[in-house]
Amino acid sequence: MKHVVTLNDRVFKDTIEHGGCGECQTSCQSACKTSCTVGNQNCENEENK
Amino acid sequence: MVHIFKNNGYNIAMDVNSGAVHVVDDLVYEIIRLIKDGKVGITSEEEITEALSGKFTKEEISEGCSEVCQLIDSGRLFTKDIYMPHLKSFADRPVVVKALCLHIAHDCNLACEYCFAGKGEYHGEREMMSLETGKKALDLLVRESGNRKHLEVDFFGGEPTMNFEVVKGIVSYGRELEKKTDKEFRFTLTTNGLLLNDDMFSYINEEMSNVVLSIDGRKEINDRMRPLRSGKGSLYDIILPKYKRFAESRGDKNYYVRGTFTRNNLDFAEDVLHLADQGFSQISVEPVVARPDEPYAIRTEDLDEILAQYDHLAKEMVKRKRSGRSFNFFHFMIDLEGGPCVAKRLQGCGSGCEYLSVIPNGDLYPCHQFTGIDGMKMGDVDSGVTNTQLRNKFRESNVYTKPECRECFAKFFCSGGCAANSYNFTGDLNGNYEVGCAMQKKRVECAIMLKAAGV
Repeated sequence: MKHVVTLNDRVFKDTIEHGGCGECQTSCQSACKTSCTVGNQNCENEENK
Repeated sequence: MVHIFKNNGYNIAMDVNSGAVHVVDDLVYEIIRLIKDGKVGITSEEEITEALSGKFTKEEISEGCSEVCQLIDSGRLFTKDIYMPHLKSFADRPVVVKALCLHIAHDCNLACEYCFAGKGEYHGEREMMSLETGKKALDLLVRESGNRKHLEVDFFGGEPTMNFEVVKGIVSYGRELEKKTDKEFRFTLTTNGLLLNDDMFSYINEEMSNVVLSIDGRKEINDRMRPLRSGKGSLYDIILPKYKRFAESRGDKNYYVRGTFTRNNLDFAEDVLHLADQGFSQISVEPVVARPDEPYAIRTEDLDEILAQYDHLAKEMVKRKRSGRSFNFFHFMIDLEGGPCVAKRLQGCGSGCEYLSVIPNGDLYPCHQFTGIDGMKMGDVDSGVTNTQLRNKFRESNVYTKPECRECFAKFFCSGGCAANSYNFTGDLNGNYEVGCAMQKKRVECAIMLKAAGV
């Protein structure tokens, strides 16, 4: 496209089927402890990659 | 829902429900804005051409409309929220516990002005966790974690290095459990650095998957809110050389230098940059969470300055990246490709369900921030979670149960925000901590701008 650059290929709905395994890090255990920062957590489910 | 914004010369269009993020030129930005504001039909090239004539040529507008249509057709723009029907199946999964915050010491060797834990004691007795209680906590985790393999244990306080032998004992016990089960423990430590010594470095590097080192930034800022108990001397001068050596010894393992900013240092971007200038590459500096009547608490009228500081910091990070001096700022990190699944984005941190805190006497709370609050005890390490009514309240809370979140573009990045902040500021787990939300939204915008800039 000439006018648009899309930054990501995967969309959220792709993760519905295999989502919720819970193997990823608990967000508050990383570096925050006073906020909820989920968007930077890595998915650890190979089926979602 | 589509959110459009401009930041640092980039035009961004976020399709909230799909998570697709687009960097667009002025033409497509205007087209999306017209559609979003309901001023033109979603595919009405005629109306769009009329609205934008004079600014762009007919051919350009036609080209822009065509690209917008491609995005819509591929499910990456103006998508619908399709997740609500899946919520029940996510919520109906068996409840497991997979992460614990262990309050190794309800005592601290500092007297930080803004400490939410009442200078370490959490407004109760000074107390150390025993090895026996720590072992029971790990047993509970193994017992209650169902088929989860990765179990997380954060050594927290007060100051956990004041009870470091117990930390070591619990880690050893965890390693024994790993041999007997299919579980894998990830231990982390949060410390103020005062007792940290070179002997601890190798142990921590061996055993801890992440370490959080508290420091607020510039010397005068750090020492103002983080005084030594004696009231004399500089904590900054004690911990900075240690943190530098430690960060160097850490190799490729995770660590964060982590600070808190208050209304005493609304120019907190300078503190982040100061830490970067000291050579730290993993930095987190977060807004203080405090009662509104505290003099250092962040107020609504501080927001303009804070949001401008986030923008300033993000721009500076772009410059530094381009000059080979990049660093990570925790709150600007976002994973657009490999980030969490929808289930996690809807339900957030898991406090009160899969994430619990354990205080020194073995009582369980929804998370460290709820410790000692009346009615928030969930059980203990012997019996597990017995207050299932309370657990269900946490379990049932998600982005759709929070009215303000439903209409927010950032909802799938903060997942409804911190339950403790909601509760402490509104008395309701589903309440809206407005000051925190305003900052969160700006951080998401900055994070996406950084992605657009290739940082």
